[in-house]
Amino acid sequence: MIDKKLLDDHNLTHEEYDRIVELIGREPNLTELGIFSLMWSEHCSYKSSKVHLQKLPVSGKNVIQGPGENAGIIDIGDGLAAVFKIESHNHPSYIEPYQGAATGVGGILRDIFTMGARPIALLDSLRFGPLDKAQNKSIMSGVVSGISGYGNSMGIPTVGGETCFHECYSKNPLVNVFALGLVEKDKIFYAKAEGIGNPVLYVGAKTGRDGIHGATMASAEFGKDSEAKRPNVQVGDPFREKLLMEACLEATSKNLIIGIQDMGAAGLTCSTTEMASKSGTGIEINLDKVPQRETGMTPYEIMLSESQERMLIITGRDKVDDVQKIFAKWDLDAVIIGRVTEGSRLKVSFKGKIVVDIPVEAVVNLCPVYQREICRPASLSMFPTDLLPDIPGDLSASLLRLLSSPSLADKEWIFRQYDHMVQINTAFLPGMDAALLRLKDTKIALALTLDGNGLYAQLDPRTGGKAAVAEACRNLACVGALPMGVTNCLNFGNPEKPETMWRFQEVVEGISEACRVFDIPVTGGNVSFYNESEGKSIYPTPVLGVVGKIDDINKAVDTGFKREGDDIILLGTNRDEAGASLYLKLMHGLEFGPPPQIDLEKEKKLQKFLLEIISLSWIRSAHDVSEGGLAVCLAECCFSGKNRPGFSVTLEENMRPDTLLFGESQSRVVISAGKKEVQKIIALAKERDIPCRVIGKTGGKRILFKHNGKTVIDLDAGQAFSAWKTALPKIMAP
Amino acid sequence: MKFGIVVFPGSNCDRDTFHVCNHVLGHKTVYLWHKSHDLQDVDCVILPGGFSYGDYLRPGAIGKFSPLMNEVGEYADKGGLVLGICNGFQVLLELGLLPGAMLRNKNLKFLCQFVHLRLEDNKTAFTRKAKIGQILRMPIAHFDGNYYADPGILDELRKENRVILRYCDANGLVSEDNNVNGSAESIAGLINKKGNVMGLMPHPERCSEQILSSEDGRVIFESVIDFIHA
Repeated sequence: MIDKKLLDDHNLTHEEYDRIVELIGREPNLTELGIFSLMWSEHCSYKSSKVHLQKLPVSGKNVIQGPGENAGIIDIGDGLAAVFKIESHNHPSYIEPYQGAATGVGGILRDIFTMGARPIALLDSLRFGPLDKAQNKSIMSGVVSGISGYGNSMGIPTVGGETCFHECYSKNPLVNVFALGLVEKDKIFYAKAEGIGNPVLYVGAKTGRDGIHGATMASAEFGKDSEAKRPNVQVGDPFREKLLMEACLEATSKNLIIGIQDMGAAGLTCSTTEMASKSGTGIEINLDKVPQRETGMTPYEIMLSESQERMLIITGRDKVDDVQKIFAKWDLDAVIIGRVTEGSRLKVSFKGKIVVDIPVEAVVNLCPVYQREICRPASLSMFPTDLLPDIPGDLSASLLRLLSSPSLADKEWIFRQYDHMVQINTAFLPGMDAALLRLKDTKIALALTLDGNGLYAQLDPRTGGKAAVAEACRNLACVGALPMGVTNCLNFGNPEKPETMWRFQEVVEGISEACRVFDIPVTGGNVSFYNESEGKSIYPTPVLGVVGKIDDINKAVDTGFKREGDDIILLGTNRDEAGASLYLKLMHGLEFGPPPQIDLEKEKKLQKFLLEIISLSWIRSAHDVSEGGLAVCLAECCFSGKNRPGFSVTLEENMRPDTLLFGESQSRVVISAGKKEVQKIIALAKERDIPCRVIGKTGGKRILFKHNGKTVIDLDAGQAFSAWKTALPKIMAP
Repeated sequence: MKFGIVVFPGSNCDRDTFHVCNHVLGHKTVYLWHKSHDLQDVDCVILPGGFSYGDYLRPGAIGKFSPLMNEVGEYADKGGLVLGICNGFQVLLELGLLPGAMLRNKNLKFLCQFVHLRLEDNKTAFTRKAKIGQILRMPIAHFDGNYYADPGILDELRKENRVILRYCDANGLVSEDNNVNGSAESIAGLINKKGNVMGLMPHPERCSEQILSSEDGRVIFESVIDFIHA
């Protein structure tokens, strides 16, 4: 009955099938095969990435929960803990952008409130193909609407994120969604199935045929037939999820629950087996009791469905009534479908027959782990800098062009579709280096950011990994927040290709090294492989989500210049590094490395210094230099400033002016400060061995750069602002 | 003074409004569950923002059938103060406690942003602490805030001074360019004939604390408090 075609349909290899037979001591039936195919998929098992992910530092004094649960948890003081995680929904978002993105939001939110935490923020990192192609525009439009439709209705603010564009994301868009919740430290709940005989409750929406094989789909490349996979994408119902969230939080706050797990990827299969596995118990369920939206569903379909807005709860027998009352109040099903058993088997019955009887361990923990073949690509597109193209005659025009490119242009078109203020904690509106959330009734604020650069990682994956961590932490330092924990989303191509795996290994080692130097733990994350369509892979794209804390919210600073006549100070050094810059790509169509190099120890010192001067209230603004270089960084300080003051900057480095203006050297931050503070800042910088010098002044109506006595950029600030502000709306106009 | 905040399934600004009434302004505040029939002797009922019942059909279309809406209707008939914010405003329109209806925003997208509003009348229970012509900076967050009413109703609203807030620019200029969602006559908030039921699309609870970059929303709550205490 089980032949090669069936195995192919389930994305299982022959060797994997033999292992299943060996583990269960017989041939599996179709339902059992389906269960193994889901749980052994790349998406659920991490079979290709596990050996590498073990290198990441996962512990630290503030870590309450590291990787392996629904989300990571760190202690943020005042009796509170932050629960956070990032996850990809790349594949479904390509096939059906609205629902793909919407259910991505729904899934990550369940991961948070499953643990008893109320979600307070969403951020997303989005990557699309260039917007001159209609398909990419329509994908972006759909994804943004999907996030908006789900997050807004749930009442969880989307407070920040990033959106970038590159050809490699055509047909492979990336939708990485991050969520963070708050919980009292002693009220955290875990996915466990403890207490032999305890009832297993199914709560939330009914099960339908949607999303069957979603996890398997996300574990293979797309061919030309990808549109036909639309039925694999789940359909979201944010209203149902809002009810589910309120009911779950009410039940957890009243301590009525022993264990709880959401049914996300791999639905009922994953939640039952993972909970039992974590507690070393078995679990028995009766599928006839499972609330169903459609008639005639088979055990295979019920076990594999990825219908949204469902949870599995283990509670004590004496508490079932109370739990059911709460769910009834919120008009939701809460049905006993089984119980926790001795031993460690998953037993599933359907119409009086046992249809599944397999060892939990085999499903959850005995999936083969692959040490995939690794091979460094022959060419990494490096080139000597003397081959740089001629310097453009009009660098003002270059700056305007960069500012109006979709990757750097103002993203208001996107974030005003998101309710970013609900829950009234949003202290910084979107568009700053990091999102800043006040915590009511405390002085504490949390700062959140997402960051990554695919081109750096393509050209030099190790540096790309390090730079992603460094920049995310620098973003937090720019608002005055100390980084406390990291979650990462690693987006790659097909892991069966040795060059992809080499890049993966390099990126993970880069991230790992940087996290060790900065002393921040990785508390969880997600790996998304097979981001390939028709044989073309994305650039390796690590996205880092970093959570930081500021003890006194009144000390936080933002990006914008505040007053005319303030001094502009550059912390860090402008190096002769043009490689991998957005400038080379946009103005010259070149993608060559090496990307800017990073000295992690120096970076750490710089961030520490920045935190110190912010806590002393010496500066009025801070913004890190990243894509687009120094010129774009300064322009952004002007655009987000009060009344948008112009500025004049003088540079004296002996290098090409375009590299100086648009190069992306690491470990640089632009700050502004009043006269009185400047001398103090310079003196302290000297003491701390931080490169620091005044490069100009705010004021006037022009954006002015001088290089070695020559004016290289001279623009009207209003005109530049308008180019930056209107670019995206113009492109997206119907 | 006691505020009551209605909780529909799908309300998501209930906790925010509670925070402002209770923690920021220091007044007794209770939640009113939509399935109950008890208004708990409150002095002002607030219908908060959100997506009552998911609003898949039309904002507020199902919310108006909530059991508690019977009591809210009677309470309003007797002159009790009812304030509808955003989705709460939409529910009041569906209930017929205020005239007109909401269409999708003119750009057919959800809009979350700060806007400027011109205060048109300060002789109401909800605006007595404000000045006529005062410009308020408040956030909006809605997909369906494009106010529509037939010309007869618009005439009546104008003649009876029942338009309370209009979208405008930073200098108070009302024009089609500043009419963010396309509302008829730039209407952002209005009141009933008796002056005890008001609806507005902007969110005063989102701008009642200094840390949230505007405190202009406080004047609405403070007017109600002043009116009740007067």
